[in-house]
Amino acid sequence: MTRRLPSTDVVVVGLGWTGSIMSLELARAGLNVVAIERGPWRDTAADFPPATSADELRYAVRQDLFLRPAQETLTFRNNISQNALPIRRWGSFLPGNGVGGAGVHWNGHTWRWHPWDFTHRSSTIERYGADFLPPDNMMQDWGITYDELEPFYDRFEYLCGIAGKAGNLRGVIQEGGNPFEGPRQREYPTPPMRLTQAPTMFEKAARELGWHPFPNPSANMSQAYTNSYGCRLAPCTYCGFCERFGCGNYSKASPQTCVLPALVRQSNFEARTECQVTKVNLSADGKRATGVTYRDTSGREWEQPAEMVLLCAYQLFNVRLLLLSGIGTPYDPRTGEGTVGRNYAYQITGGATGFFPGERHFNPFVASGSEGIVVDDFNDDNFDHTQVGFVGGSSVACIPTNGRPILNRPVPEGTLRWGSAWKRATHENYNRTASVGIQGSVMPYRGAYLDLDPTYKDPLGLPLLRLTFDFQENERKLRRFGVDRCIEAVRAMGADRVIRNEITGPYDIVPYQSTHTTGGAIMGADPKTSVVNKYCQSWDVPNVFMAGASLFPMNAGFNPTGTVGALAYWAVDAIRERYLKAPGPLVPA
Amino acid sequence: MRGRSTSRRHLLAATALVACSLPAAQARTIRGALPWSAGEAYPPPRLSAAGWLFFTEAEAAAVTAMANRLIPPDELGAGGAEAGCATFIDRQLAGSFGTSDWLYMQGPFPAGTPQQGLQEEHPPNRRYREALAAIAAHCREKMGGRLFHTLSSQEQDALLTAMEAGTSGIAGLRDKSFFELLLQNVMEGYFADPAYGGNREMVGWKLVGFPGARYDFREMLDRLDQPYTDPPVGLFGRPAWTRAAQ
Repeated sequence: MTRRLPSTDVVVVGLGWTGSIMSLELARAGLNVVAIERGPWRDTAADFPPATSADELRYAVRQDLFLRPAQETLTFRNNISQNALPIRRWGSFLPGNGVGGAGVHWNGHTWRWHPWDFTHRSSTIERYGADFLPPDNMMQDWGITYDELEPFYDRFEYLCGIAGKAGNLRGVIQEGGNPFEGPRQREYPTPPMRLTQAPTMFEKAARELGWHPFPNPSANMSQAYTNSYGCRLAPCTYCGFCERFGCGNYSKASPQTCVLPALVRQSNFEARTECQVTKVNLSADGKRATGVTYRDTSGREWEQPAEMVLLCAYQLFNVRLLLLSGIGTPYDPRTGEGTVGRNYAYQITGGATGFFPGERHFNPFVASGSEGIVVDDFNDDNFDHTQVGFVGGSSVACIPTNGRPILNRPVPEGTLRWGSAWKRATHENYNRTASVGIQGSVMPYRGAYLDLDPTYKDPLGLPLLRLTFDFQENERKLRRFGVDRCIEAVRAMGADRVIRNEITGPYDIVPYQSTHTTGGAIMGADPKTSVVNKYCQSWDVPNVFMAGASLFPMNAGFNPTGTVGALAYWAVDAIRERYLKAPGPLVPA
Repeated sequence: MRGRSTSRRHLLAATALVACSLPAAQARTIRGALPWSAGEAYPPPRLSAAGWLFFTEAEAAAVTAMANRLIPPDELGAGGAEAGCATFIDRQLAGSFGTSDWLYMQGPFPAGTPQQGLQEEHPPNRRYREALAAIAAHCREKMGGRLFHTLSSQEQDALLTAMEAGTSGIAGLRDKSFFELLLQNVMEGYFADPAYGGNREMVGWKLVGFPGARYDFREMLDRLDQPYTDPPVGLFGRPAWTRAAQ
């Protein structure tokens, strides 16, 4: 029996970065907000204080903070001719769970995407012609421009206190910043972090190679910071336990450090944790959401009626919720019709590990998640692609995030995996190794998509999401090109032995690559090819708004969180300033 | 120092949805104030080094011997036996790792492609039990009625090498897949925090020069490319501290 609760103005599904930001902004506007989160409440003092957080086995290896696949996972296959099988243990990507979501255990790289990303299709055709687009691509412009998003990028950066150096202030290129970034109105809120040994060497090598190195924009604090909500962050201590861990020092921007202390004080806000939303309920004509249905941990089912529903779950699970709720038309790769699930993209990664001769003390354990140096010369359309024959590109970076020894103790190629020779190589190379890596863009393709699995179910009996994805030739070329740059860099830094890190077979769900999954509920200008309009509002059900990386029509060579945060502020601004005044479609279908 | 009963709520919660049998109290409503109080964090379990929770004595002897060949004792430091790798694995197999409680374990379990990853129907505790029995039978029947830990080092190395390559011919054992599990767990035991029963005296951390759970390295920003000289610390400090207190 489903118990019906009193109605509220807004119900928010998922209390991570986007859910907490949008909840706070709407609660401050006077609306009653209920956020429903399937994981537990999490906070620094109780869940990851310094006394327990520096535990590689528990967090990095056994994956304590992530969504447990027993609760929900997805199935995977490389192409539609295969039988999808469940991802039983996370590998390639690590979805978050609980209050704070992946914002708890991210590294904190906080980018503005390039103006090119938002118009990648039309800009590519304009510069290289339509024949330059890769076969079977589903590239399409976002329906929003960088200039429209700029003020909201600014808001997210100032929410987090991002440490960085501007490269383009109102159109004027700044020494020491990224000359390829879009124009920004003002400097980063805090100065760049101090560098450790490997990035120091990479910066010098990159300049010698004629590249344009600059500090990685970091959500680890270079100094104390107080944001506009009155939340305070402390300087990062370079503890080396950042990604996959919660920060015990309040030094990493997260919902816990930047939003929740202010949000929880709003008397018109309420969070319900360990409650799983199973469905967005629709009116009889399917044109209006009436609220959501969820199950608590006892299995009891509740209905929470609401005037407005915000889907703020992780990218994959936002798409699943649309499919389970019957909002929009599922994408069919055979016909190319339908919208929900299309334009799934990922990122392509690789790099080079260098082994350095002589006395070296890289001290890889002295690290933060985001401290390092990046080169943007080979990303997106920052260089002429005529000769390279691919669309997109990658950032090239030296960001040594840790020296945790269960997972991070490189040895030269050809070393045995155990025994005395392994032991000696491990001893000799741990402190003499540095890596440079790429994070590459991935364009959307006709055969890369999300739908519901016909076989496997979650513990509530609902079908799992199914992911069908492989890398295409365009991205493989892009990776080869980027990894070549990494090898040049590591050699220029002085390495005498270099390992090429490049997985050349089909996309593999096992080794960790990137938690930057994107698409499936994309934004756009046309309801035939997108799930939401430019204000992140469902074309089909106008009182449903979406947040997160499921909105992205493609994936870029940068981390997504800056754009995720900017779009959350952009969407909530549209809700507050426009939708609430005249509830209905903000863009005519 | 285990916290109050609520402190383990997120461990319980993840299994609660699976079992659908716990009381409704697990779901929480939060409003008005952050819902925590001091001392609520739960530390990792502090494990006794004595006795076995999962292994039989014979199994423990075999795993100890295997760990000591994968990480042999030599001039660079203790081997896997002295480091407590078998104790570590024993404690892991007795807990949620051993049972795969956190993983998606619903069938069917058809063979997948390598890119589809782990599709094992049985959790590590059962895989260890069956593999160790198969290896014991092999040593008994094909190697002169002996046990793994009574083989010579050369014979042990040869058998492990063959398992790694998938050519051991041990009846009833998917040798390659078990070897990967074993190697992973031995390395975890050598390099994980000593709180979990391995890495005794922080031998793994000393091998590479990892200072452990120090949590503040800002002083090193003034000393780039210089050696770090302070000894490692675990979540529960250092053995010397404990000894001094006794």
